[in-house]
Amino acid sequence: MNSLVCISKTPETTAKISFNDNNSQFDTEGVQFIMNPYDEWYALVRALEAKEQHGGEVTVINVGPASNDVVIRKALAIGADKAVRVDTEANDAFQVASEIANYAKTGNFDLIYLGKETIDYNGAELGAMIAELLDIAYISFASKMEVDGNVAKIERDIEGGIEVVEVQTPFVISAAKGLAEQRIPNMRGIMMAKRKPLEVVPSSSVQAKVSVKEYKLPEMKSGVKLVDPDNMDELVRLLSEEAKVI
Amino acid sequence: MHKKVAQDKYQHHDYYGIDALLTEDHLLARSAVREWVKKEVSPIIEDYSNRAACPTHLFKGLADIGAFGPSLPMEYGGGGMDEIAYGIIMQELERGDSGIRSMASVQGSLVMYPIYRYASEEQKQKYLPKLGSGEYIGCFGLTEPDHGSNPSGMITNIKDMGDHYLLNGSKMWITNSPLADIAVVWAKDEEGVIRGMVVEKDMPGFSAPEIHGKWSLRASITGELVFEDVKVPKENVFPDIKGLKGPLSCLSKARYGIAWGAIGAALDCYDSALRYSQEREQFGKPIGAFQLTQKKLAEMITEITKAQLLAWRLGSLANDSKATPAQISMAKRNNVDMALNIAREARQIHGGMGITNEYPVMRHMMNLETVLTYEGTHDIHLLITGMDVTGFNAFK
Ligand SMILES: Cc1cc2nc3c(=O)[nH]c(=O)nc-3n(C[C@H](O)[C@H](O)[C@H](O)COP(=O)(O)OP(=O)(O)OC[C@H]3O[C@@H](n4cnc5c(N)ncnc54)[C@H](O)[C@@H]3O)c2cc1C
Repeated sequence: MNSLVCISKTPETTAKISFNDNNSQFDTEGVQFIMNPYDEWYALVRALEAKEQHGGEVTVINVGPASNDVVIRKALAIGADKAVRVDTEANDAFQVASEIANYAKTGNFDLIYLGKETIDYNGAELGAMIAELLDIAYISFASKMEVDGNVAKIERDIEGGIEVVEVQTPFVISAAKGLAEQRIPNMRGIMMAKRKPLEVVPSSSVQAKVSVKEYKLPEMKSGVKLVDPDNMDELVRLLSEEAKVI
Repeated sequence: MHKKVAQDKYQHHDYYGIDALLTEDHLLARSAVREWVKKEVSPIIEDYSNRAACPTHLFKGLADIGAFGPSLPMEYGGGGMDEIAYGIIMQELERGDSGIRSMASVQGSLVMYPIYRYASEEQKQKYLPKLGSGEYIGCFGLTEPDHGSNPSGMITNIKDMGDHYLLNGSKMWITNSPLADIAVVWAKDEEGVIRGMVVEKDMPGFSAPEIHGKWSLRASITGELVFEDVKVPKENVFPDIKGLKGPLSCLSKARYGIAWGAIGAALDCYDSALRYSQEREQFGKPIGAFQLTQKKLAEMITEITKAQLLAWRLGSLANDSKATPAQISMAKRNNVDMALNIAREARQIHGGMGITNEYPVMRHMMNLETVLTYEGTHDIHLLITGMDVTGFNAFK
């Protein structure tokens, strides 16, 4: 079972978010980056489990500049066999999906994994696009998967419940919580990662179709107001006039 | 009282961009150990510390992540990393708790290191892989009840009985001893020369009672080592190393790790104090807006930055095998003292909350009293630097 796992880089969850260029550019100054947790904890680890059970090879792919290499090395340290970086800035989902699909066509992948979304842009678009470009099936929000030969039985998170589907390889799967358990790389893995191949391939020059014009931060949350338990009238007034919920 | 454990919000502080001096491996090692600490240590540490219980289940986790002897070669159970990586790992562990860092320091620097450096190839093969994987727990016995700062006065001794040695005496304040499968023990031979050896748990005449009542390093177990006519096979005695330089070389390794580790404890205290100062309001504004609080925070991050640079430079020297014991001593003393002062100031910033286990500060502060004392007390390290710069020995 050969897998391709798409990994991306996202700001750390505690990072302070700000913008420049008239709120059209994310200001990365001082921001620490991590591997997108859905990619790392669930997609990558599930691919490694599949390899441990059924053999094969796990390749990770990232579309981005050289500064992403540290995140790619982490994927290798966790256990991926090799890595590919398509050397171009990632601008929109279509461009990234096209680059990944173009690379995937050159290999012989039974499964293409990615996280259900990135925790920064929350697009959740890439999986469907890659599957479409490769003309294969797409299973989104997978929280459990069993593989038998070339058939996979997958549980998908749907609104209010779970849907169980069956699909034949090859397909694209987007990983939700539950698909696997986070693995923290160990020092040995980190040292081995240095010797694993990280291939940098030129982009196939796909143009982005969407560009960001402006970001708007959510309004600041107002502080908590404490109301004396004896002062029910004030509570009712605040709920009705300020919170406007009653 | 069972409380919900507060989330560990720790973020690294790097005021001088020292990360730019680190390699990809260093950064990966740091983030991995930090994740491990947030997942495995932070949620349980206040409880274990409160109960003065050692989270023994973490030995396996420490081994799995590669915290035991990270700079020893891979073929002997180590990680094959450089000295800066070793320092960074200790820093992240001590960011969690000095006791957890001590579990790793003792296993890696005081047990695996002397076996790697001084034992026969056979002994290395016998012990090192099991120590590296956490199957065996080790301890290091140098200090005695009547000989702490002056280990050369030790009275624990071995007698040559022809086909074995007979070991007698006792050791005190030994980290991990009640749990240990093996002990690296330093004792005098009949000529009064200090020799090192491996003593195994079930050798008759050997016991390791626990020391109770510690207000510091409560999540780390400490005990004695008692030897009553213990038969030690000859092959267990390190063949080539004689004299105090044997144990001192191990201490240099461990002190190096402490010089880095203490910064972790300091960073955690600073991080907590900084966040608290921005959230806690008095007199209508955050306490961080008052000049006296700012003075404390400004001095903290300044001292941390200096300690980070000291550790980094020491690490570079160690990578080139050029760090002298006196240089390591200086960094241990300075950085631990720095961390203890920061813990005390950070405790004040937290006001009354600072004395509770809602925040990590008081625990770090109590732990650091041990760290200031073991591996050479603060004052002993002053004498080491004093002797190094003046040429006069002021120990005796
Ligand atoms: C929790 C814990 C864990 C430990 N783990 C280990 C371990 O795993 N293995 C091990 O071998 N040891 C261990 N130790 C022992 C530790 O290294 C000793 O406690 C330390 O070396 C000090 O020795 P002492 O306690 O006998 O104090 P003493 O040597 O009696 O010192 C008492 C005071 O006198 C001062 N003093 C002593 N001599 C001089 C001098 N010449 N000039 C000026 N001042 C002086 C000291 O600085 C100190 O302030 C541990 C200690 C603790 C508390």
